[in-house]
Amino acid sequence: MAIECLVLGAGQEVGKSCVVVSIGGKRIMFDCGMHMGYLDHRRYPDFSLISETGDFNSALTCIIITHFHLDHVGALPYFTEVRGYQGPIFMTYPTKAMAPLMLEDYRKVMVERRGEEEQFSHDHIVDCMKKVTTLDLKQTVQVDKDLQIRAYYAGHVLGAAMIYAKVGDTAMVYTGDYNMTPDRHLGAAQIDRLQLDLLITESTYATTIRDSKYAREREFLKAVHKCISGGGKVLIPTFALGRAQELCILLDDYWERMNLKIPIYFSAGLTIQANKYYKMLIGWTSQKIKDTYAIRNTFDFKHVCPFDRSLINASGPCVLFATPGMISGGFSLEVFKQWAPSEKNLVTLPGYCVAGTIGHKLMSGKPTRIDIDKDTHIDVRCQIHQLSFSPHTDAKGIMDLVEFLSPKHVILVHGEKPKMATLKGRIQSELGIQCNDPANNETVLIPTTQNVKINATKMFMRSCSHADFHSVKNSLPCLSDSSFGDSEASNLVRNEKVVEGILVMEKTKTAKIVCEDEFLQTLHVEEHKVQFEYSCPAEKCREQVSCQSNSGPPPSDGNFSETC
Amino acid sequence: MKLTCLSQGGGYHFPPCYMLELCGFRLLLECPLDLSALTVFAPISATDNDANASGLIKAQPWYKTVAALHLWDPSLIGAILVSTPAGMLGLPFLARNPKFSGKIYATEATARIGRLMMEELVAMHAEFVQFYGPDERPGLPEWMKWEELEKLPPALREVVMGEDGEELGSWMPLYSASDIKECMQKVQSVKYAEEVCYNGTIILKAFSSGLEIGSCNWTVNGPRRNITYLSSSIFESSHAMDFDYHSLQGNDLILFSDLSSLNSMAKKGNDFNGNNNHSEPMHKDAPLCDVSAIRTDYDNEDEILRCLGGIDENLEEIDKISFVCSCILDSLQMGGSALIPVGRLGVVLLLLEQLSRLLESSHLKVPIFMISTAAEEMLAFTNAVPEWLCKQRQQKLFSGEALFGHVELMDEKKLLLFPILNSSNLFGTKTLHRMMWQEPCIVFSPHWSLRLGPVVHLLRRWHADPRCVLVVEEGADAEVALLPFKMVAMKVLQCSFLSGIRMQKVRPLLEMLQPKLVLFPEDLRLQCPLKDDSSCSILYYLKNVMLHVPGLRSDFEVCLATDLAFQLKPRKLTERNMAIARLKGQLLLNNGKYLLVASKELLDLSNKQLLHWGSADPVRLLMALQERGIIGSIHWDKNGTDGVFSIQITKPEEAMIETSGTKTVIYCRDKTMAALIYEAFSSVCGGI
Repeated sequence: MAIECLVLGAGQEVGKSCVVVSIGGKRIMFDCGMHMGYLDHRRYPDFSLISETGDFNSALTCIIITHFHLDHVGALPYFTEVRGYQGPIFMTYPTKAMAPLMLEDYRKVMVERRGEEEQFSHDHIVDCMKKVTTLDLKQTVQVDKDLQIRAYYAGHVLGAAMIYAKVGDTAMVYTGDYNMTPDRHLGAAQIDRLQLDLLITESTYATTIRDSKYAREREFLKAVHKCISGGGKVLIPTFALGRAQELCILLDDYWERMNLKIPIYFSAGLTIQANKYYKMLIGWTSQKIKDTYAIRNTFDFKHVCPFDRSLINASGPCVLFATPGMISGGFSLEVFKQWAPSEKNLVTLPGYCVAGTIGHKLMSGKPTRIDIDKDTHIDVRCQIHQLSFSPHTDAKGIMDLVEFLSPKHVILVHGEKPKMATLKGRIQSELGIQCNDPANNETVLIPTTQNVKINATKMFMRSCSHADFHSVKNSLPCLSDSSFGDSEASNLVRNEKVVEGILVMEKTKTAKIVCEDEFLQTLHVEEHKVQFEYSCPAEKCREQVSCQSNSGPPPSDGNFSETC
Repeated sequence: MKLTCLSQGGGYHFPPCYMLELCGFRLLLECPLDLSALTVFAPISATDNDANASGLIKAQPWYKTVAALHLWDPSLIGAILVSTPAGMLGLPFLARNPKFSGKIYATEATARIGRLMMEELVAMHAEFVQFYGPDERPGLPEWMKWEELEKLPPALREVVMGEDGEELGSWMPLYSASDIKECMQKVQSVKYAEEVCYNGTIILKAFSSGLEIGSCNWTVNGPRRNITYLSSSIFESSHAMDFDYHSLQGNDLILFSDLSSLNSMAKKGNDFNGNNNHSEPMHKDAPLCDVSAIRTDYDNEDEILRCLGGIDENLEEIDKISFVCSCILDSLQMGGSALIPVGRLGVVLLLLEQLSRLLESSHLKVPIFMISTAAEEMLAFTNAVPEWLCKQRQQKLFSGEALFGHVELMDEKKLLLFPILNSSNLFGTKTLHRMMWQEPCIVFSPHWSLRLGPVVHLLRRWHADPRCVLVVEEGADAEVALLPFKMVAMKVLQCSFLSGIRMQKVRPLLEMLQPKLVLFPEDLRLQCPLKDDSSCSILYYLKNVMLHVPGLRSDFEVCLATDLAFQLKPRKLTERNMAIARLKGQLLLNNGKYLLVASKELLDLSNKQLLHWGSADPVRLLMALQERGIIGSIHWDKNGTDGVFSIQITKPEEAMIETSGTKTVIYCRDKTMAALIYEAFSSVCGGI
């Protein structure tokens, strides 16, 4: 049996994550994302490669979505409602709760603001989400008789999961996006020590090693504080979900400690709505938030209030969270137009901006004038601060995970081509693990081995258990953060003794291991003993006592009685 | 496998308890407390009125554990499985024992709710400690002395000592808050359907049972057994995730431990007895007639009839909740207050939702108070666990609404929480409470035994007011429970909520699950006749009788690793139509599965045979020797015995082979030649 891995998206690029894996006759689609950088057919994965006839229901066993970001879930309503996939879809509780918000927000931006023809309607999103089955962490879900899946905590955003899939003895993990270091509202990725044939991992930061988060946070707070104490306004364009909550916790906490009274605003209803979800999904946040929510829910922000359009030109300092994150349009652009010309003000930019957005223009160099269209331009005099809170693991984290899981094979996706090649080289040379970084629409074949099921008799098992079993505590290289569950290691009991038996194979029955004694009994025969007498045969008749027992070459085992 | 039922329990708050011996390990199933036994103690009385107590023990309460559990060595308990919060209330007693080193498994939600319940118990008990002073005397308390026990009324004595006096040893002074903390550290919490492996051998998985948030049924999979431990389950719930019986399908053995129907029937019998035979002055009190009058509406027979009528269980439960609410509303409209010391989390949550709706529609502005140290955390918790709730509640998450109605009630200040309540600060001059406190009101507060917690003070305040209403669960014997609150004029509404599988659903359920063997309680045998046929046999268990369960599979399942399979050198035994191969390897046990892999040692790969059987044909042996350049001649036994002969070898060296039916001796000085002769022999004799 082999694993066949077809990369439909995020092959040597970031965007439209979609990998179709065939494993033991089952075919699983991991993620169904869209590419934010394209507006033509390239924005969706090329679904025709799954099935030429378009009969996706028989071609796929299930779809599993790792988290609610559009580059992982964006094409799902299109695939189910327009292309007609009707089979099972799995995602975690937070993903199911938040994916429709993301999709709806995107749809609105596309249709209402950019005036594009819609790819899927509001009803499509609703109908699509109805087909979703929810997953809880670590829950082992039996998709059908043979296919088992399980979600592990991935950290990246609320509800992000790494997915373990197993058919027979063949097993694999698809990581989705993950973060190996905990942040303010999320924990670090966590997974058991699994026996894997294949690991498909993201590699956004394939070559980056990140420094301490605290330095970056301090820098951010300093910039914000400096701006507001100078009477300026801070614009923080973000996605509604994820970074907004993270930064909000950071600021709310800072405001509390510094006893600041300057208002923090949320622009859209979406973020406030999102906080409601976060409050119910406390179980998916970091340990600290989980421990304290009964007394005070971290997502009940003390200093945060909703924003009103009339406040844009109100005097006095303030902090404003506004969507969308890359200032590609919408409310953040509207505010940016008003605030950018004043050097007192500050605009923070997310870690990554897609080419063509204003965010991208601001990041590349320091422009003083930005053209929105032919007639409009903005004079940019405000401060620019670039955030680098990226919820992705860095290169060290990827290497740690690969080493921890020690799969037989690794496939890299969701990264930039040259960096992926570097990482691939490291995995192969440093860890000695086969590694691929296929481009989009390429297929990788991975050979697997399979165990044979046999029976063993009680007597054989008893002969094995004479030697003492003891748990094997693998002495593993210490990991940077103790985020891995160590439970799996202790589940392995190894018997150091070499056991011996006879395997009996009959045509119609399962092969069976028996002890020698049992074997003779099943054959209804008696043992025929062979003895050696290292003496002269002539003397034998006369003196039977004189023979010497010896451990000569042929009867080197204890099975021979070497007596007279 | 062996099963011992240590206790059949007593309803929702006191689940049954078992010891299961499997694969050489001992698993304890549940570790509950019998809190209904608290009724033997007098509640703290504000006014030291003797007549009030009527024979109850006036002392700091002790707590009744499962008596039979004390006979088992804690050091030999490998693991404890907990299904419901009530099933873990006795855990700290065991966990604090230095000899106990086992693992404790419970679902995350059960562990959380269980911890809150234990902490609440300790907090309520603190009031007794304050009243009586800390229990410093060593040894047994005064009330446990024989002469004191003799003085007890027979009903109370039976609660204390059990029928034959053996339960006296099961009483323990309560654990401390630090005991709970220590105990919780030993609990390994799991999600529904999460696989956990005990000692590499047994795979445990919890599946929703529908009884309460986080409550579960366990599947216990060992190398040769697949067991379903089926506890009290509810098919459809209005709050907790439904009974997930599909996941239990296909296991060989079911331990049926849902004794809920037994308990409700037994209780009924007791009540009947109580009403006729006991000569306590209590039952002459008029209001108690109300108790039975209302209760008849919820008789078991009635419920069964309704069930046969095909009305959905869940709708019926909702009807009960509505009925309770309407009774409460009646009292409120008369100016009375409602006291609800109900211990079931689900019932409390549903009552809160229904009551607020009813108050709204009837334009009554009556505050709802919840007085409990655990209330704040419990209510916050229930709104953050969508993964453990029923489909309708989960849908609320997806549409962005709060999971339960109490969130809104708290936001609107219609529901107010007090951690504690003492008679001094309740209605007195303490400013804050007084400002918020108003009557009539609705109060939810522990404890359902009516001996502990704020409920005691409120009962003292309201018991003589006929406008007020008290809602209690069936299970607690209302007469005994109300004993210390004499002249009960307030209405007492006792109602039973569904707490397990209905009897008539047991058979269809078992048929659906298709086990090969069912372990069923003897006490339910008559009420629930099961078919014992070829496909499924039934074994009946009794309390404190060890049941030996016969094995179903004789062989073990083992996986043969590919590397080892490739090393095999199979030999055909043509006449027997089989192939055989000698196999050497290492046996691993991983997640309950055996795996044979090639050992790291270099294996002896020669085709040498080590075991022979049958006999060698002399002519074929001679020829085989000749092929190897050895020449000799056959000499038959003088007596002509069949199969006995010798071969005298002359070249290249003198040697001799002597054979009888089961034994061959090779005489030869030279070892290399002996090896050759052996090889020749092996080629003509059956061997491996």
